[in-house]
Amino acid sequence: MVPTAPGPAVVACRHLTRRFGEIVAVRDLSLEITADEIFGLIGPNGAGKTTTIKMLTTLLPPTGGTATVAGFDIVREPARVRRSIGYVPQLISADAQVTGFENLWVVGGLYRIPRHERRARAEEALERMGLGPVADVLVKNYSGGMIRRLEMAQALLHRPRVLFLDEPTVGLDPVARDAVWEQIDRLRRDYGTAVVVTTHYMEEADRLCERVGVIHRGEVVALGSPAELKATLGQPGATLGDVFTHYAGHEVELGGAYREAGRTRRIAARLE
Amino acid sequence: MLDAPVGRLEGALGQASVIVGLEARKLAHDPTELFLRAIQPALWLVVFGSVFSVIHAIPTGSETYLEFLTPGILAQSVLFIAIFYGIASIRERELGIITKFLVSPTPRLLLVGSRGVSASLRGLSQAVVVLLLATALRVPLSFTVVSVGGVLVAIVLGSTLFSTLSMIIASLVRTQERFLGIGQLLTMPLFFASNAIYPIAIMPAWLRPFAYGNPLTYLVDALRGLMVPSGGSLFPVAEDLGVLLAITLGLIAIASQLYPRLAQ
Repeated sequence: MVPTAPGPAVVACRHLTRRFGEIVAVRDLSLEITADEIFGLIGPNGAGKTTTIKMLTTLLPPTGGTATVAGFDIVREPARVRRSIGYVPQLISADAQVTGFENLWVVGGLYRIPRHERRARAEEALERMGLGPVADVLVKNYSGGMIRRLEMAQALLHRPRVLFLDEPTVGLDPVARDAVWEQIDRLRRDYGTAVVVTTHYMEEADRLCERVGVIHRGEVVALGSPAELKATLGQPGATLGDVFTHYAGHEVELGGAYREAGRTRRIAARLE
Repeated sequence: MLDAPVGRLEGALGQASVIVGLEARKLAHDPTELFLRAIQPALWLVVFGSVFSVIHAIPTGSETYLEFLTPGILAQSVLFIAIFYGIASIRERELGIITKFLVSPTPRLLLVGSRGVSASLRGLSQAVVVLLLATALRVPLSFTVVSVGGVLVAIVLGSTLFSTLSMIIASLVRTQERFLGIGQLLTMPLFFASNAIYPIAIMPAWLRPFAYGNPLTYLVDALRGLMVPSGGSLFPVAEDLGVLLAITLGLIAIASQLYPRLAQ
């Protein structure tokens, strides 16, 4: 197999497939993501982005094909994959009933960070995400942007090699969105963490991802840097949204079932 | 990359302790539920217990009816709290929090087992309420180190058993509405087909096999054997605890297979 990206692959999918009964949510997905990039999976709600991320994070077994993450097979070595990754789900992963610090303390325990190191690491992570002053406030009193930053702190506490972010900016206002992306960028610079992010905000992907995979109805229909993809259209001033329309055959905003729409709005409501 | 065995044990204990600790912190931040939960056993003891003691409707041998009833009501409140524990997992599924546990390198058996044990914190709080009330009602209970220690062990086992059963139901039905329906459906038969408020001896013959197959019977029997000095229990306490432990371990094994469905 010829690697499609330069540098060592930190995520390599080979014919990854997931069916739910008759529906094929992800079809024969093959791609490689390298250790030093921010990779975006872009597409509308219901395109198969979340299903892909769930398979790569070992939450959902594939029904066909496989993938390696940080060198470990997601089907045969799920425990090792889990130790190597951080995950911020589309929904909420911070517990509202306890404080920010307590959330991190629990996560530190789950990742077997020894007690004597855990407190210092949790405090450092809170400082880093600008949450130092609210460390001991119950998370139910946090704003949406603060919750997302706390979730990133949780996902990074054990210094994973790969960070998966599923729609990290859904429901956030533009200022909070910028703050989240700034953190993603800093992280990669400081720790060399590979970042796989899904989004349906095309302008975000365009600005921040080194490479994107356009996913539509469970298949990757285009893969490359935003500039490369825009160049393939041969029209000056093309946007990533145009790229999506070109490859997927319709506008970004179409698609997404009732359930997906409900879910997105619920998240937005919770994060407000 | 391989951990030393000692480090692994320490790591596993750390994982279990933060899961149980999280539950303790939640209860410490908002103990409202504990107070609300104390009302029902209080009514059973004070109203139901007192009335039935006076009218002598239920033959309980050498013990008074309140002596007989107190362990039964404690077991009942443990059951009622634990059987709905799974709803927290369904809520965590809807919010997304459940994925945080399932993407972590916590072994599934340990995750489910620790969550089950964490549910017993609520059960233990009920023990305090029931024992205080019973003492206030002048029910003569045994307060030796062995009996109190044994009661704690029995409550942790019983809570873990029923909360693990609850997590199995949650993993299968996955929505709050269906879960509540099934929870309601289960509690009454478990309660009435047990020796909680009347002895098995007075049950009709067809009901007795159900009572002997009901884990609640063994929890009640263990508590009765430990708390009530004049006895009246069916089996030795060690046997009761052995039955509870075996069922609990079996349920944890099943739950660990089903629980990951909540993140799918």
